[in-house]
Amino acid sequence: MLTLTCPYCGVTVEETELAPGGEAHLKRFGPGASDEDFEGYLFARKNPKGVHFERWRHAYGCGKWFLAARCTATLEVFGTYPAQTTEPPAELIVKINEKRPNWGGWK
Amino acid sequence: MSTRLAKGGRLIDRAKPLNFTFNGKPMRGYAGDTLASALLGAGQVMLGRSFKYHRPRGLVASGAEEPNALVNLGRNNRHEPDQRTTTTELFEGAEATSQNHWPSLEFDVGAINDTFYRFLPAGFYYKTFMAPRFAWKHVFEPIIRQSAGLGAAPKEADPDRYEQAYDYCDVLVVGGGVAGLAAALTEARAGKRVIVMEQTAHWGGRAPVDGGQIDGQEPESWVAAAVETLSDMANVRLMLRTMAAGLHDHGYAIGYQSVGEHAADGRPRHRLWRVRAGLTITASGAIERPIAFSGNDVPGVMLASAVRDYLVNWAVSPGDRVVVVTNNDDAYRTALAVQAAGLTVPAIIDAREAATGELPELARARGIKVMTGRGVAKVLGRKSVTGVEICAQAGEGGVIETVACDCVAMSGGWSPVVHLWSHCGGKLVWDDAAAMFRPDATRPPTGAAGEPLARVVGAANGLLQLGAIMDEAGIPAVSEVEAPLMPVWVMPAGAKEKLKFKAFLDYQNDVKVSDVQLAAREGYESVEHTKRYTTLGMASDQGKLSNINGLAILSDALGRPIPVTGTTTFRPPYTPISFGAVTGEARGELFQPLRRTPMHGWHEAKGAHWEPVGLWRRPYCYPKAGESHRTAVNREIVNTRTNVGLLDASTLGKIVVKGPDAGRFLDMLYTNMMSNLAVGKCRYGLMCNENGFLSDDGVVVRLSEDTWLCHTTSGGADRIHGWMEDWLQCEWWDWKVYTANLTEQYAQVAVVGPQARMLLEKLGGMDVSKEALPFMTFAEGTLGGFPARVFRISFSGELSYEIAVPANMGLAFWEALNAAGEEFGVMPYGTEALHVMRAEKGFIMIGDETDGTVIPQDLGLGWAISKKKEDYLGKRAQERSHMTDPKRWKLVGLETLDGSVLPDGVYAVAEGHNANGQRNTQGRVTSTYYSPMLKRGIAMGLVLNGPDRMGEVLDFPADKGAVFKAKIVDPVFYDKEGEKANV
Repeated sequence: MLTLTCPYCGVTVEETELAPGGEAHLKRFGPGASDEDFEGYLFARKNPKGVHFERWRHAYGCGKWFLAARCTATLEVFGTYPAQTTEPPAELIVKINEKRPNWGGWK
Repeated sequence: MSTRLAKGGRLIDRAKPLNFTFNGKPMRGYAGDTLASALLGAGQVMLGRSFKYHRPRGLVASGAEEPNALVNLGRNNRHEPDQRTTTTELFEGAEATSQNHWPSLEFDVGAINDTFYRFLPAGFYYKTFMAPRFAWKHVFEPIIRQSAGLGAAPKEADPDRYEQAYDYCDVLVVGGGVAGLAAALTEARAGKRVIVMEQTAHWGGRAPVDGGQIDGQEPESWVAAAVETLSDMANVRLMLRTMAAGLHDHGYAIGYQSVGEHAADGRPRHRLWRVRAGLTITASGAIERPIAFSGNDVPGVMLASAVRDYLVNWAVSPGDRVVVVTNNDDAYRTALAVQAAGLTVPAIIDAREAATGELPELARARGIKVMTGRGVAKVLGRKSVTGVEICAQAGEGGVIETVACDCVAMSGGWSPVVHLWSHCGGKLVWDDAAAMFRPDATRPPTGAAGEPLARVVGAANGLLQLGAIMDEAGIPAVSEVEAPLMPVWVMPAGAKEKLKFKAFLDYQNDVKVSDVQLAAREGYESVEHTKRYTTLGMASDQGKLSNINGLAILSDALGRPIPVTGTTTFRPPYTPISFGAVTGEARGELFQPLRRTPMHGWHEAKGAHWEPVGLWRRPYCYPKAGESHRTAVNREIVNTRTNVGLLDASTLGKIVVKGPDAGRFLDMLYTNMMSNLAVGKCRYGLMCNENGFLSDDGVVVRLSEDTWLCHTTSGGADRIHGWMEDWLQCEWWDWKVYTANLTEQYAQVAVVGPQARMLLEKLGGMDVSKEALPFMTFAEGTLGGFPARVFRISFSGELSYEIAVPANMGLAFWEALNAAGEEFGVMPYGTEALHVMRAEKGFIMIGDETDGTVIPQDLGLGWAISKKKEDYLGKRAQERSHMTDPKRWKLVGLETLDGSVLPDGVYAVAEGHNANGQRNTQGRVTSTYYSPMLKRGIAMGLVLNGPDRMGEVLDFPADKGAVFKAKIVDPVFYDKEGEKANV
């Protein structure tokens, strides 16, 4: 059972307080999008063994969604940050580069 | 034969005898006994029969690794199967019975399997029972179920209480042996908050039995002093009888504590500890390995360490003449202990060519015969040991000498207990010299920050000698110096097939050397596959004894080194834990929280029959005395449609959406337009997910210029509120919208029926006339003194008002309506009447007409999908080719030709068969009821080209060969023109 720090509350909470929301930083495709783009948005997920950016909601706390960068193999959490962003914070990228030099980037 | 010795026993209290029974036979033990030591002390060597061959079995071990001595314990609702006698503390009145035999332990029909062992090889289930296909279900499986399996499952609810507790610590020490206690002292003195979990009822582990000196003291004295020191420290919690079951993500450890076992004093029986530990130190010790020789499972063949445990801890002699079979020095301690107890050691059989260490020399000096380079060819005896045939270890099993004995103490070396280390990803390394897998300190399990989650000390780290163990903690200690062991995986090394057929690796699953070798010959290379194929290392002991021996045999058969083969995965729990502990308090009324509407108590007092809806309980109907549910439902419907009915609709989701961008937001959320809804008006809306499938529906009300109230389904309120927040927080976070889930802030009552208006007018305070409050409008005011929001909406086709009042006035309002309505014949109605009435009108229900694969277009709800909007959630998905396929099944009404009620969920068959040989289908029933208004069955369903096939009759096969014939009709069955609501 994971522990994650809610970037809004600043508290480190047990996974039972959280609800998972799948991969983060997806770009929504709506009407007018090609079948390929829409399929990618709806179904294609990275599912990496390694660094993964994901959505979590502090469902039994403040109710806010936040994002987390986590290693799916070791469960190491590199950081959490508010969901109101289109890309991970620069300092988090630096930290991941240090810890996982060959991780291949978040896009 | 085993017996209780007249003297000794460091753990038993001879002043406190305890009575118990085994297979009904009265026996006596002492306080401090385990059930195992008490049975052995009472002379009971044979304790059960084996899983597959039904061979007689007795104790092999003295602790958690015991594979054989599992019994049924207790009776009736306290009956528990598969209780491990070695970890069960004896208690007064214990009732144990042996397992896996019929008709009796002494005479067992299934033992015939042992004669036909050649026909029950590895993977025999897979091989033998492939064909004919029907035979598995009707012949083989029933027979196997009867003859295999261990104890019988209890049939009644568990009367005991269980609980769960939470704790946090800097350091969790697993294991209360000398290594664990030393580590706890170090950490506690450094100011850390420490928890120590020990699975047995005693501190000190093996050291008090094995001897040596710690810090100039006997181990027992050092342990007592260490425990006293730790007990006095405020930052330390010492927990006996607490098995660390697992180490999980980010330092989450599970401890399984036996609290009030058989106490009947109100304490919980077990407590499950959920501990978040900064660091876990595993000091879980090591487990001795058996040696694979023919007949190594005959009752009386035990681990060498277990033999001296029974002697020293409980003063129980497993036999008068004990032959020791070993490949290492440690087992000589058993020979010395046997001799010290006044019993005989006819011989120590050592597989090594030479044994010149301190302990072998001591044994020789005490006059014990040591035979080196020798092995056991075969154990003699069936229900108990009568002797051993001795051979050259290097040979094929030619008998050199036969020695009479009644117990064989074997030792194949030791395996560190690496379970907790491995649960969360800690890696192992193969130690060739010690022939063991031990934790690789450079690759520990890691935590949230990538830090090591665990450290390992003592025998769990592969340190088997007292001096080395204590040296880690900086405490001086000495014991006899031990010479290296010689790995022995089969005895003798060139054992012939006949011997290997009875050389057991896994006692609990009856897996032999020959089975693993056969699996290798048949192409099994992965240790995980071999485990499943042969069942090696499965069941309740999970291979604690058999694992290393089995994979050594596999490696040898495949001609590769052991570390290449590797181990199977170690999974929690370390030993089985009770279902009760896992459940904790979450049973019965506490299984899940119950949500109650303000009128819940009123419904209860009126004898409502409940229907669970999410966490709510809603009245299904209100049966009167002597009335069946069916009759009650029909009465409620007829009364509502004739007079007036009241429905507690408080569970309906009520979400307020407010802000400058609220309209724009709702236009994205709903398939239809909500931004152009006029203030004071209501509109039915549909919500889809991004896959286009219908997710929820309800009436949206525009309360003011910037405020909308969204009604959701009862079960969907929290989900939809979360859904709204997801989009607002993660996608459109620049939109100015605020949402609040006000479901529990309002009680809501549907006042439904031809007399509804008269009832409200009698209460007075608001103009509820057709002119002032037309259909699909809303007004706020005071009704009968209650502040109220009145929505003129209808889910029944009747003249209907849904009225929301503050939750704390809900009951009073409900009672006021009932009192005022008496002259109009008012009656409450439940969810079933609600369902029937909506079906009579052809209204869909989320969860009946929808199942996560249905789009609004399937349900004839195209009118509720805006053509003007550029976008809404699900719009792009609904443009996909499969969603626009004209062959999608569409909603229609269904009427049986004979007026009967269609079974729910039945399919309409079409011509021909599909690729699997099943009948093709062309539709299915989604809702089906008896309509008391129409006095016949009515149904809704999804049918291929349904709306274009009005009047066609379809066949719906049901159970027992019945075929229902139903005609496709319009889904609106009652009041097709909608005149009843238009008043």
